[in-house]
Amino acid sequence: MSLLEVEGLRVRLRTTRGLVTVVDGVDYAVEEGEVFGVAGESGSGKTMSMLSLLGLLPDGAVVEGSVRFGEHDLLRMPRRRLREVAGRELAMVFQDPLTSLHPMLSIGRQLTEHVRLHLGLGRRDAEQHALTALTDVRIPDPASALRAFPHQFSGGMRQRIAIAIALACRPKLLIADEPTTALDVTVQAGILRLLDRLRRENELSVVLITHDLGVMSAIADRVSIFYAGKVVEAGSREAVLSTPRHPYTRALLDALPHPEEAQDKPLVAIAGAPPSPGSIPSGCSFHPRCSYARESCVHDVPPLVPAGDRLLACPIDPLVER
Amino acid sequence: MSALEVRDVVVDYEARGGGRVRAVAGASLTVEPGQIVGLVGESGCGKSSLARAAVGLVTPTAGSVLFEGAPVSPLTRRARPRELVRLQLVFQNPYSSLNPRRKVGAQLGDAPDALDLVPRRRRAARVRELIELVGLPATAADGYPHEFSGGQRQRIAIARSLAANPSVIVLDEPLASLDASAQAQLANLLVDLSRKLELGLLLISHDLAIVRHIADAVSVMYLGLMVETGPTLPLWQVPLHPYSEALIGAVPHPDGTGFLPESLPGEVPDPANPPSGCRFHPRCPYVFDRCRTDDPPLVPLVGGRTAACWLQPEGAPVASPAVRAANHTDGAVVQ
Repeated sequence: MSLLEVEGLRVRLRTTRGLVTVVDGVDYAVEEGEVFGVAGESGSGKTMSMLSLLGLLPDGAVVEGSVRFGEHDLLRMPRRRLREVAGRELAMVFQDPLTSLHPMLSIGRQLTEHVRLHLGLGRRDAEQHALTALTDVRIPDPASALRAFPHQFSGGMRQRIAIAIALACRPKLLIADEPTTALDVTVQAGILRLLDRLRRENELSVVLITHDLGVMSAIADRVSIFYAGKVVEAGSREAVLSTPRHPYTRALLDALPHPEEAQDKPLVAIAGAPPSPGSIPSGCSFHPRCSYARESCVHDVPPLVPAGDRLLACPIDPLVER
Repeated sequence: MSALEVRDVVVDYEARGGGRVRAVAGASLTVEPGQIVGLVGESGCGKSSLARAAVGLVTPTAGSVLFEGAPVSPLTRRARPRELVRLQLVFQNPYSSLNPRRKVGAQLGDAPDALDLVPRRRRAARVRELIELVGLPATAADGYPHEFSGGQRQRIAIARSLAANPSVIVLDEPLASLDASAQAQLANLLVDLSRKLELGLLLISHDLAIVRHIADAVSVMYLGLMVETGPTLPLWQVPLHPYSEALIGAVPHPDGTGFLPESLPGEVPDPANPPSGCRFHPRCPYVFDRCRTDDPPLVPLVGGRTAACWLQPEGAPVASPAVRAANHTDGAVVQ
C-alpha cells in the first residue's frame, strides 16, 4: 500500500472572476522511502495540489477528490485532527527559508516548540532532540546554532535548518517546494545529497516540487509532469527524462542546456506562454504551443493512460512521429 | 584593442560599524568586440561589484577600467563623457528598471532622443527597429511593461540598452527569475545580437549551464579574485582550478540518469576576513602546506588559459588538479 494516494484531486480557488480551477483531476501515489518529483512551469498547479493536502489553501478554496495518507483521509478530516497529523507525520519546506523561519526567535526555540507539542517531550529532552536534528542535517557546531537567529546563517544553512525543523518530529513524508531554487549550485548539491541520504537512512518519503529538471533528475525516483493543472506524463525518472514522450516534456528538456552537449546547438524555446488559470485552452491544454498538434487536439481532452513504461496524456507520440 | 578592459580592479565598501570590506580584491578581465564573456562564481564572490565597477557605477579603490581604450570615469554629478553611452548595463529584474506608467515605445525613444542619435522624424522608425531587433511584435511599442511576460520585459530592457548603439553590454543575471523556455529564448537572442552587431557581452550568471552554452570565454571568481579564465569548452572539459572543478561538478544534468551533483563542503568565507594564503584553501580537497601561507598568482598556462593555483605552474600543459596533485610532492610540482 502506498504511503500517499491522491485520486481525482481538483482544486478551485475563489477569485474576483469567480471560481478558477488550478488543479484539474490529478492522480498520483507516493511510496515509502521514495522521492516523488512533481515538475512543471509556474502556474501549473504543482504547489496548490500540495498545499491542499495540508489544508493550507487560501480561504474559499474548493477541494474535491480523495487524499489517503496512511490510514487518514486528509480531505475529510476535522481541521484540528488534520493539524495533529499534518504537524507530526507530514512536513513541508519552502523555497525561501527566510520567510518560513521566524526572524526574532532563536533556532533552538523554533526547533523545540513543535517537538514539545507533538511528541510531548520535556524541555531537556526536546533540546537534546533539537541537537540531534541539527547534527543530522550537518550544521557545524549545532550547540551554538541553537542559540543563534536565522539572519546569522547563509541561505544554504537556513535551508538546512528549515529541513531540520521539518524533520524533527520524524515525519513520514516531507513535501519540499523548490527547496534549492534560491541557492548556489554548490549549496544546491549539498541539499540534494542531504535529501537523498535522509530518504535512504530514515525511510523518509519526499515529494519534490521543482521547475528544474536537473534537480529532478538528480534524486527523484518517479516523476509527474504537470501542465495547466493536469498530469501530462508520469513514470520512472529514466523513462520520463531520458526518453520523454509527451510533446511538453520534450519541449521542456529541449529548452535546457545540457552540461555535456555541443555548444553550437541553439536552445529550443517553447512557443507562447503557459496559460493562466481561468483561461485554459480547449481540448489538450498544450495544443496552442505544441508542434505536433492536430485538429483533434483542439477538441478532445486526452486522458492520462498507460503507454508502455509510463502514463501519457497524448494520442500523438513524438518518438514515433519523428 | 579590447572593447572593455578591467585591470587589477579593487572595490571596497564601508562595513557597518566602520571598517572596510573588500568585495573585489584585484580582478582583471577583457571583453573583445563580438565576444561573450561569462563571469561565474557563488553569491558573494564579488561578480556584481566587478560588473558595477566595469560600467562606472562604483568607484574602484584601485586598478583601472578602459572602455575602447579610454578610462571609464565613475558616475558623478557631472555628465558622463559621450563615448561612454556605448557601454551599457542590463539588470536582473526588468520590472524594476522599466517605468510602469510609460508605454514601451516612449521609453525606447528616450535614449535616441536624449543623445540626438536620430532626427525626430526618424524616431518612431528607430523604436520599431529596436523592437524588431529583440524579436518582439511591432505592437509592443503601444503596451505598458505590466502587459508583458518576464522574458519579454527583459527583451525590452535589452532593446533599451541597444538604443545607444552600444559596443559592450554588461548583463547582471539577466536570465535569473525566468522559466526555462524564456531563458532559452533570451540566451539565443544574446548570441544573435552579439554576432550580428559585433557586440561584446559580459554575462554575469550563477547558471553555469547557460554560461557554458553561450559564452566564448569564462572567468571564474572566488572571494573577490579570478581563480581561472579561459575559452569556455576547454575550461569545462578540464577545469584547472579546484574551485572551477567543484562549481562544474555541482551542476545537475537534466537527462534522467540520476547523476547526483558533487557538493562543495563549507561556505564562501566572509570577505571582510579572508583566509590566509590561497583564499580557497579551507574548502580545497587538494590543499597542501604552501596553500595555507602563500597566495597563488593568476599565471598563464597552455591554450590561452590562466589559473591561480599552486598545482598549476606557469606555462604548464593542461592537467586536472587531481592529476597534478597525484604527481605532487610537497613544495614542488612534477610536470
